[in-house]
Amino acid sequence: MAGTAVRGRLTWQVAEVASVLPETPSVRTIVLEVPDWAGHRAGQHVDIRLTAEDGYSAERSYSIASAPGEPLSITVERLEDGEVSPYLTEELRPDDEIEIRGPIGGYFVWDGGDDRPLLLLAGGSGIVPLRSIMRYRAQTGSHVRVRALYSSRSWTDVIYRDELDSYRQDGNADILYTLTRHQPSGWAGHTGRIDPAWLTEQAWPVNESPVAYVCGPTSFVEGVAETLVRLSYPAAAIKTERFGASGGQK
Amino acid sequence: MSPITRGFHGRRRPEADADRVPPGQFVTEDFPVLSAGPTPHTALDKWTFSISGGDGPQSWSWEAFRALPAENITVDIHCVTRWSKLGTKWEGVSVDTLLSQVGHNARFVMAHCDGGYTTNLPLADVTGGQAWVAFNFDGKPLQPEHGGPARLLVPHLYFWKSAKWVRSLELLTKDEPGFWETYGYHMYGDPWREQRYAGD
Amino acid sequence: MTALDGNAIGGTLHEVFSAEMTAAVGTCATCGATAPLAETLVYLDGPGVVVRCRACTAILMVIAKVRQYNCVDLHGLAALG
Repeated sequence: MAGTAVRGRLTWQVAEVASVLPETPSVRTIVLEVPDWAGHRAGQHVDIRLTAEDGYSAERSYSIASAPGEPLSITVERLEDGEVSPYLTEELRPDDEIEIRGPIGGYFVWDGGDDRPLLLLAGGSGIVPLRSIMRYRAQTGSHVRVRALYSSRSWTDVIYRDELDSYRQDGNADILYTLTRHQPSGWAGHTGRIDPAWLTEQAWPVNESPVAYVCGPTSFVEGVAETLVRLSYPAAAIKTERFGASGGQK
Repeated sequence: MSPITRGFHGRRRPEADADRVPPGQFVTEDFPVLSAGPTPHTALDKWTFSISGGDGPQSWSWEAFRALPAENITVDIHCVTRWSKLGTKWEGVSVDTLLSQVGHNARFVMAHCDGGYTTNLPLADVTGGQAWVAFNFDGKPLQPEHGGPARLLVPHLYFWKSAKWVRSLELLTKDEPGFWETYGYHMYGDPWREQRYAGD
Repeated sequence: MTALDGNAIGGTLHEVFSAEMTAAVGTCATCGATAPLAETLVYLDGPGVVVRCRACTAILMVIAKVRQYNCVDLHGLAALG
């Protein structure tokens, strides 16, 4: 039954797992097949609902990892003592069915219509919607300048590493990593969180009309957004999306 | 009817103490923090607890409150969001003690809290050794995120009735809905009869 | 719990309003601040969803799901558009 049949209504649909792809030891991408999927915009998310045999159900939201036009995928981080993420990252397998509704969101989206330089700031799994934006930008051959600052615990926790590195080739995209807990020997990149000094150095100047997308745990988002406000970024130029304290509802 | 998700069962496991767990609940080892707003932080030198609506207002400073006789209790608690925690240890002043000096003809109370939260209860359910204003959890001062410096503790009802950051009990002659009750949650909230919503 | 923001209730808001609402701008009835609903302070682990003004923390909206119905209180919003 078409989930988008009634204009304006957001209904639960059944999605089938097409494939699963490990990204890091605790992160997995799940590609979904949704009949009559109407497509999505970069930055949007979906709600997932799982139901146990006794009727108990749990719902979570996950950012869409794929670009508009690609098969729908989400990237899920396994959270310690989580309720849903261990199931999605360890048990779920191709041909399984889960309920999904979406796409959701009209604020934390990028449609590529203007040439304002992008400042993408990711904490942990906050990289997921920003990757959708980067992927869409690459797909459409956009020359919009983008600078991404991506904070992870360690090098093995960096999601989509090779893909993100590949975006540097177009000459208008810069991806900078910072590692907060462990750095590999010889690491020449930034260490520690995205601190005000580093962000001040890297942020597009306000007179270039940048737009910033900030995504990650609540404390990450608030720290970064505060710095952007101090850099005189107008409120409308700072888009924020907060995951829970540990990176998402578990 | 939602399709069953193969292999999903959530965090729950078959309960060892099934007779201690009300219908629809599962046992957790954590202590989830559920809030309707930012955690208030009231300095102890500004904190007071009051009873209003009786024959005269009664109020205690933190010092006076802590000088009252207190009890150690171990109880099971049940949240309407379906988690239950067994054997939780608290220390608090019995509401019977707090009401003992106040003359009134109230049949209900409304708990008022820092941050604006309210919840209503029958007087009969906060007296007779069924309710406390608790200030210690697990042998330590109650953390702000869990309702500290003091919260109401009424373990025989769903835990939304155990109001965090409680500052006063208002004595009422008629029952009135508090915060969640106004939005359709049950006026009484007995977990053993699964009274989650109005009409249950 | 750490508060989230209005993005986290995008699906719920869509259910209630039959439209995408995270980009809709709300005006706080208490302090007059305006912001997209995506930027509100959201508490959602408890019995219902409480949406607060990020500027003054006053309640903007409460959404409680009672059986299959959403009980929605919008008193805290002076305007929503």
